[in-house]
Amino acid sequence: MSQVTAAKTDASIPWNKHVHQHRKPSDWVIDIAIAVILVLVVFIVIYPIWFIIIASFSDQSAVSAGQVRVIPHGFNVYGYKTMLTDSRIWSGYKNTIIYSILGTLLNLAVTMPAAFALSRKEFKPRRILMLIFTITMFFSGGMIPSYLLMKQLGLLNSMWVFILPGAVSVWNLIIARSFFETSIPEDLHDAAQIDGLSYFGYFFKVVLPLSAAILAVIGLYYFVGHWNDYFTGLIYVNDQSKLPLQNVLQQILLANQTQQMGHDSALIGLEAQRFADQIKYGVIIVATLPLLIIYPFLQKYFEKGVMVGAVKG
Amino acid sequence: MKQSANTRAKLRAHRPSATQSIQKNGEIGSAYPQTFWGKIQFHFKRYWQLWIMVLPALCFVALFSYVPMYGLQLAFRDFDPDKGLTGGAWVGFNYFNQFFHDPEFAQILLNTFRISLWSLVMGFIFPIILALLINQIGSEKVKRFVETITYMPHFISTVVMVSMLNIFLTPKTGLLGQFFGNQNLLGVAKAFTPLYWITEVWQHCGWNCIIYLAALSSVDTELYEAAKIDGANRLQLIRHIDIPAIMPTCVILLVLNMGHVLGVGFEKVYLMQNALNQPMSEVISTYTYKMGLLSFQFSYSTAIGLFNTVINFVFLVVANALSKKLSDTSIF
Repeated sequence: MSQVTAAKTDASIPWNKHVHQHRKPSDWVIDIAIAVILVLVVFIVIYPIWFIIIASFSDQSAVSAGQVRVIPHGFNVYGYKTMLTDSRIWSGYKNTIIYSILGTLLNLAVTMPAAFALSRKEFKPRRILMLIFTITMFFSGGMIPSYLLMKQLGLLNSMWVFILPGAVSVWNLIIARSFFETSIPEDLHDAAQIDGLSYFGYFFKVVLPLSAAILAVIGLYYFVGHWNDYFTGLIYVNDQSKLPLQNVLQQILLANQTQQMGHDSALIGLEAQRFADQIKYGVIIVATLPLLIIYPFLQKYFEKGVMVGAVKG
Repeated sequence: MKQSANTRAKLRAHRPSATQSIQKNGEIGSAYPQTFWGKIQFHFKRYWQLWIMVLPALCFVALFSYVPMYGLQLAFRDFDPDKGLTGGAWVGFNYFNQFFHDPEFAQILLNTFRISLWSLVMGFIFPIILALLINQIGSEKVKRFVETITYMPHFISTVVMVSMLNIFLTPKTGLLGQFFGNQNLLGVAKAFTPLYWITEVWQHCGWNCIIYLAALSSVDTELYEAAKIDGANRLQLIRHIDIPAIMPTCVILLVLNMGHVLGVGFEKVYLMQNALNQPMSEVISTYTYKMGLLSFQFSYSTAIGLFNTVINFVFLVVANALSKKLSDTSIF
């Protein structure tokens, strides 16, 4: 809608709607330049991802020879088949799904009511409470005190370390609070009070049903955060059976390459290196796929979510 | 909105009782208590449900954010395994001195600044440019398509991102590696910073431009019409309408980002790091990790972390004050 379709020919006439309008030559040049740049941007963004996809289905000697460019060459699913025999992938996948779902549920259960309470203007302590939350965005105890705390709480090597410590993201709390402040009409609250609804009743019966968009956005933010979390596993967990997908990926994708971890993987050790590459491509796809699948469905909410968050900055 | 019309109708029907109930609750009526304890009682009687709603979040933050902050005193004390978080004997600024005299101190600080400033500046400029470009697309469908594509890499995890980089940079055969001969760029110390910020921009540029697109979509189209009639061309429209429209957003994001000037992401640096590029890639957060969890120098590591946080905070406050002065925009 902000598209400029016509510009005035003669700049010397300050304004005259009746002058025939068409694009200036300079506008054409700019149009074409913008189109070229955008095509280039889209290509740069999508091609690496596309390449991983086609390479995962291709004969690896063709990939190394540079023959795989647009479509798979020597189609096969060897990488996927081999990968699925690796128990680490399965346990990592299972763990990540459990941590992500439980974690996101807890996140929403904790964040949403708090955001609602903090959005009520008549609730006077909300300013100081908000300050208490906001401080944690800029100050933290850091790695070691957090580690010692987890140790004292007995959370090391436990699945709860993936779920409990990150229960509230202050950023998401602010986004949800701004949404409640700006998108839920205050009339509703007046009406609810008259109907004798308590705050609980108002929140569950009126506000939540109107908050599908923000639930989707915040839920997705949290879910992606859990799914892609590598740090927690690295710092707090060394029990292989409890490690989530990202840490397993690191073992398969990176440690094998740099040989820093000195782990031995029967899977990769037994196969030729070129097959190892194909497994890597497959692993990347399988690990990223769930997010890339759900995200287009939620995309329409993003702008809203980010925008609401921007209101309060 | 049907629901709100409904409730509004109810509101009208119950008007008299509405006033009554408000008076009964004491907002306007004379029942509002005068004593301090009375006020507190009144507050909790009225808002206990809101307190219950905010309490879980408060507990989690208290436990997992404030308790570690309390544990920061470890930076000034010797670590004592029996006492854990609170530490042993008080040693003042010893561990900070140790860090300042660490032979690697200057290099680590420099690396941290270099990597984070590059990614801060580039990660700030590119989304703005991309948003301005996307905003020029006339067709809604094309616009949506470009947005969908450019957001996508944001969902790729750091581990996968770094693995892709590794694969693409494989010497001779990699998608990019073939252009650099026998050299693996990840093993070249000088290439670390560019690799870091370029991949950062590739991954998050599209995502970070959403916020600018939202600001741009609220520009009054009449402004464009008026400018066109005054003979403005495309570039002038961008320069004089679009850019001022996103300016406040830019400033706020810049200030917020300044708060992370030394907060360069641990995961990505750590994963990209190897023995060859370490001279240019060792940053405060990776050093904290190595000192703390790999060498078990808990107090020393805490001191380094605290140093990092304080510098970040100083930057945030300075950036905020500057922006308040220059553009009347601030986050607090």
